[in-house]
Amino acid sequence: MTEIPSAQRATQHAGDSSATPADSGEAEHVAQPHGSSQHELSEHGPSEHDRPADGGSERSASSIHMQGLHKRFGNSTVALDGVDLTIQAGEFFTLLGPSGCGKTTLLRILAGLEEADDGRLTIGQRDVTDVPPHQRSVNTVFQSYALFPHLSVRENLAFGLKMRGVDRQQREERVARIAQFIQLGDLIDRRIDQLSGGQRQRIALARALVCEPDVLLLDEPLSALDAGLRSQLQVELLRVQKRLGMTFVFVTHDQDEAMVMSDRIAVLNGGTIQQVGPPRDVYERPVNAFVARFMGHDNLYPISRREGDRVTTELGELVLEPGTAGSDELLLIRPETLDVLPGTQQGANHLHGRVVERLYRGSHAEFRLAVGAATIQATINNRGHRLPEVDDEVTLVVAAEDLVTVAA
Amino acid sequence: MNDTAVLGRSRAMVTETRHLLFTVSPGAAWIILFLVLPSAYLMGVAFMTNGPYGLPEMPLSLESFRQLAGFGFLGWSPGNLYTLLRSLWQTVVATGLVVVVAYPIAYYITTCRARWRPIMLLLVVVPSWTNQVIRTFGWMNLLAPGTPLSAAAETLGLIAPNMGLYPSNFAVTLGLVYNFLPFMVLPLYAAFEKLDTAQVEAAQDLYATPIKAFWHAVFPQTLPGLLAGVVLVAIPAFGMYVIPELLGGGKALMLGNLVANQFSGGSNWPLGAAGAILMLLATFAGLYAMRRIGKRLGGGEEVVI
Repeated sequence: MTEIPSAQRATQHAGDSSATPADSGEAEHVAQPHGSSQHELSEHGPSEHDRPADGGSERSASSIHMQGLHKRFGNSTVALDGVDLTIQAGEFFTLLGPSGCGKTTLLRILAGLEEADDGRLTIGQRDVTDVPPHQRSVNTVFQSYALFPHLSVRENLAFGLKMRGVDRQQREERVARIAQFIQLGDLIDRRIDQLSGGQRQRIALARALVCEPDVLLLDEPLSALDAGLRSQLQVELLRVQKRLGMTFVFVTHDQDEAMVMSDRIAVLNGGTIQQVGPPRDVYERPVNAFVARFMGHDNLYPISRREGDRVTTELGELVLEPGTAGSDELLLIRPETLDVLPGTQQGANHLHGRVVERLYRGSHAEFRLAVGAATIQATINNRGHRLPEVDDEVTLVVAAEDLVTVAA
Repeated sequence: MNDTAVLGRSRAMVTETRHLLFTVSPGAAWIILFLVLPSAYLMGVAFMTNGPYGLPEMPLSLESFRQLAGFGFLGWSPGNLYTLLRSLWQTVVATGLVVVVAYPIAYYITTCRARWRPIMLLLVVVPSWTNQVIRTFGWMNLLAPGTPLSAAAETLGLIAPNMGLYPSNFAVTLGLVYNFLPFMVLPLYAAFEKLDTAQVEAAQDLYATPIKAFWHAVFPQTLPGLLAGVVLVAIPAFGMYVIPELLGGGKALMLGNLVANQFSGGSNWPLGAAGAILMLLATFAGLYAMRRIGKRLGGGEEVVI
């Protein structure tokens, strides 16, 4: 079996950092995730391409190829309607979509817990389409964590190794190593029913990681946690993935979480993939209205006429960047790309409107404005200037390169 | 002022004590009247001498225990020992079979749709609403010589011609399994229902074959239910009177029959009392063993990985 080479390094770091695993609840454990992983991060860089530099990395992260995956439940419910997708080795890949979009079904097919009706699935070099879950080098962090309540934390961690016939001494060594890597401290000797949600999440992660799978699957692992803990664990999870260079497939319905964590995101809807790309692409260049709306954009306007780089919508005429490709159906203006100037000023891509509503959020303010018969939203950073008031007449300015055309 | 306050408080306490006595006394009276006193009486009878009409007489002696152990006028005979062993054996076999039959039933009910589950459970329980004696007579009719079941067994060469499946040890075991099935299905069902199916998937995800997933992830979690079921089945089965009496045809006596015969025939009350005490002790020993097992499984203090 391949080892976790960087796990030992992590151990050293944990050793010399000030992070003494005091007893205490999870606040303590979370407060000091990976004492010095910050410089580990910069050492390796966030990209998987840096991994060969990771001192003798023998572990081979696996790529995943999905080809024409179909799945229906019963006669009517189509969960997956032809999914073709390639996930690179060592990638933090996120399946994003609303509930019922098929993301969890896809993850379960990767784990082998669900069988595709049609299509092929390859992990690494191996076609695993018909391979049962216990014969796949894939481990899952379940949404409910699914820890075994009749076993101690230590026994939970050792479960996968035991099932694979790893001998007792090795089991103990590897459990101890992963416990140090995830900094479980004294949690390891507790019973499952003595753990909080955040602690359970960490144990579930450690239980899957200790098996050193080719691919780690995570089914909304943070959805049961409150916001603060959640963002801490997001960072921690990301660091773990970068340090191990393991392929992570992460399922979530939260687009912010997806953007923070992923190398690439696949947006799913109705059992099909809408768009695949890095977070910036998906957020800034959504291919269709569904992706745009799911990523939180509401400023979508049907294009009534397009002549070269000039498009006409209910807002008026706007000029696109020369050579803007894409569909001619909808125009997307992201709220944060708009400048709001006082008074009525003239110029290209200048729109005139009136403030209808203002939501003050401290660091920024959100505006709803009436431009002719249309409504548009704008977000402005609060840099200390005077913020427009409700009923102010203002001018909205948007740069040509920030205008995106989107399919319906 | 102060005095009245103290007085008030003590008066409140008295009221509370009275209140407590009032609420506890019916239950306590019941227990004393119907459990403690009869048990004490039984205990006393066991140490008395058997009189001419089978009724207990003074002086106190250990005669009944000697007889229970098998010592009679003609020296030692193994009859009572056999009865005890037969009771234990029947209990073990019947309880084991009940587990084997009930486990899949309980599991199957958990896999049914939620609205069907109460109906399935009802189907398991409803037969026990009929009187046990009547149901046992039903089995007699089903198993008697010449019935289809007996004929089938005869054709297969399982029994000698014209013997019938009843009366026999087999009939007793069957009767016990049938009778106690609900007492095992219900606690097992409760245990299964608490089980998170994601744990089974997690086990398989962690390289457990289906069999290993059952053995390491499912079975241990149903053990509390299983132990509860074993207690509910084994204890009454051990003291069972009706089923061995009717289905055994008087040939396969269990301890319960031995005890009952000492009282009903008017033959030997002290011996019957001694038998009852033996059963009570055996029951306590069994309960204690279950408790120990349950503690070891539930405590999980020692770590085995």
